[in-house]
Amino acid sequence: MKEPLDLTPLTQSIHDYLLSYLSPFWTTTVEWVIIGVLLIAFVALSVMGLVYIERKVAAFFQLRLGPNRVGKWGLLQTLADFLKLLMKEHITSKNADKFLFNLAPFIIVIASFLAIGAIPFALGLQAMDINIGLFYITAASSIGVLGILIGGWAGNNKYSLIGALRSGAQVVSYEISAVLSLLTIVVLSGSLQLSTIIESQSDGWWIFKGHLPVFIAFIMFLIAGTAETNRGPFDLAEAESELTAGFHTEYSGIKFAMFFLAEYVNLFIIAAVGATVFLGGWMPFHIGNWAAFNEVMNYIPPVIWFFFKVGFVIGLIMWFKWTFPRLRIDQLLVLEWKYLLPINLVNLIVVAFIAMMGWYF
Amino acid sequence: MIEEVETKDAIKTQEYFVNMGPQHPSTHGVLRLMLELDGEIIKKVTPHIGYIHRSIEKMSEKDSYRQIVHLTDRMDYLSNHMNNEAVCLLVENALEVEVSDRVKVIRTIMSELTRLSSHQLWWGVMGMDLGALTTFLYAFRDREMINDIFEETCGARLTVNYNVPGGVMFDIHPNFQQRVKDFIKSFKTKLPEYDDLLSNNVIFRQRTEGVGILSKEDAISYGVTGPTGRASGFSNDTRKHKPYSAYDRVEFKEILMDKGDTFSRYKARILEMWESVSIIEQLIDNIPEGDIQEPSVKQVIKLPKGEFYQSVETARGELGVYVVSDGQKSPYRLKFRSPGFSNLFVLDHMVRGYKIADLVAMMSTIDLVIPDIDR
Repeated sequence: MKEPLDLTPLTQSIHDYLLSYLSPFWTTTVEWVIIGVLLIAFVALSVMGLVYIERKVAAFFQLRLGPNRVGKWGLLQTLADFLKLLMKEHITSKNADKFLFNLAPFIIVIASFLAIGAIPFALGLQAMDINIGLFYITAASSIGVLGILIGGWAGNNKYSLIGALRSGAQVVSYEISAVLSLLTIVVLSGSLQLSTIIESQSDGWWIFKGHLPVFIAFIMFLIAGTAETNRGPFDLAEAESELTAGFHTEYSGIKFAMFFLAEYVNLFIIAAVGATVFLGGWMPFHIGNWAAFNEVMNYIPPVIWFFFKVGFVIGLIMWFKWTFPRLRIDQLLVLEWKYLLPINLVNLIVVAFIAMMGWYF
Repeated sequence: MIEEVETKDAIKTQEYFVNMGPQHPSTHGVLRLMLELDGEIIKKVTPHIGYIHRSIEKMSEKDSYRQIVHLTDRMDYLSNHMNNEAVCLLVENALEVEVSDRVKVIRTIMSELTRLSSHQLWWGVMGMDLGALTTFLYAFRDREMINDIFEETCGARLTVNYNVPGGVMFDIHPNFQQRVKDFIKSFKTKLPEYDDLLSNNVIFRQRTEGVGILSKEDAISYGVTGPTGRASGFSNDTRKHKPYSAYDRVEFKEILMDKGDTFSRYKARILEMWESVSIIEQLIDNIPEGDIQEPSVKQVIKLPKGEFYQSVETARGELGVYVVSDGQKSPYRLKFRSPGFSNLFVLDHMVRGYKIADLVAMMSTIDLVIPDIDR
């Protein structure tokens, strides 16, 4: 029986190699530095990729070609844009609160980086496999709204303030729905640890095993996740046609780029959490006891499975953005508190009942 | 003006001003709106205009009547043909010249094509204002076909300047009929797409239905014309009430709605596009032969002494041209009654108590073109 490709021996051998030269303290330190550098490089590359993909997807929806001049098929367009933003002037308006104004982009980026540390990319390729992984990710990513609130306030612009307050109300509300829909899987798998949640899907992903309630939870998670990342149709914090650029109206150059970066990292995190919890993470597509079929599937490396699923979820979220009009702030809150929250609560009780009776596959 | 609002917790909140524009993505040009806000609720809107005032009316007093026509392209640039037509009709009526049937039919087809292209652009921008960015390029895909037709026959895509007093500048291009038929055929399949993409969307319906209601009485007293007024039930279609060109020989409905909300104004324009398609279909195969310019209209036109008024239905409403002539080659005084100007000032009446997002939606359904307001 072919097992999915396990990267634990690789990481273990690096660890042993370092340990043979250094003391345990320095080993850990060096490992953290390596992981930090790798994550930053990954984030930078994946955001550039995501921006490029988003522009191509948008072009596909809008009967356009998208970027096609800089580099082959416009692949270097994002790099060129990044360099442009890097070289632009930092404008701080006269009456801005300078300390908070400069702090806000860092808070929002740090929150995204904290959350991405616990994402399992493949078997054995996870920076921190802590026992409250899911809780940690939701907690870390919710710090980001502080950055939005501070940034909107400190710019001393009325448009940014409106955008920031909208975003505050929105993220706080939709956090509840996102967490409640994730809790359904926590109830079913009995763990908050991401590796355990993935292990529990080795004979089928939860979205197939958990009947209708889990499917509803997945839809709820998609809606709440889109709202949490402030993307269309829930991009009220930015709301180009109403608030010019919402909370980051006053930001220019690389500080604006940091908000932009955080938006795409958050998109990746939401998609990765959704893929991990509902679609089995790096776990290949398995069907019950079909040993031969499962073995064939195991030949595809887990990291490819992971990115395939993340890509699927990101594709769904981009599809929303480029199709739907934006909601109004009161409609947004009505949707959460009057529809999503009650449905989620009932759904959670149903799932708990299913889990108790053992009625899932 | 700013007053503090006492809340029950004795925390004081303050109303505040926001300047929306003159540079703002959804004021569609250089309109400046001063919003008086309480949180997100709009207390008052004061439009400030004049950022693109070019004194077209004053310039007209120095220009000959043939020259005035080309200035009108620059007013409501999305209703360019109708603007041209208004001045030409006025001159022809004042000179008591009857243009040939061929010219009448060509003018009507051109006007309806212009109306279609204007409504297409409006539809795309309406979607953008509500955050659905894809509509814009769908609209431009179809609008491109009309612009190509204009380019072929008139030589220009936006400031066409096709009408001249006594006729049209050139005869239609040999491809004209075929291309218009191709466009109509393709647009009839594309127009239902507009409904699929936007009209039947749940979020769009929630954003527009029952929002920004303008009653029929208010529409009449503010002089709101065009689809904006007809959505409130105010029958004001100049093409029906005072037919000009070939509008008396085609059958079309005047779209009247009764609710007067944002969605009615949206729906009125969508239905109007179907009517325009039907008008073009009736005429495109029946373009009679005849002169394209009336030979009796001289190069230097001198209108008889007196006052003349001519109105046409542009894509935005009733455009009126009022000329006082003292018998010279230029008018003594010329005044445009532009539909956008009257329609804009009903905004404050409509928007009070609604939110910023609703203001953007309402402004979009009024379909403002700022150079038309400022002139």
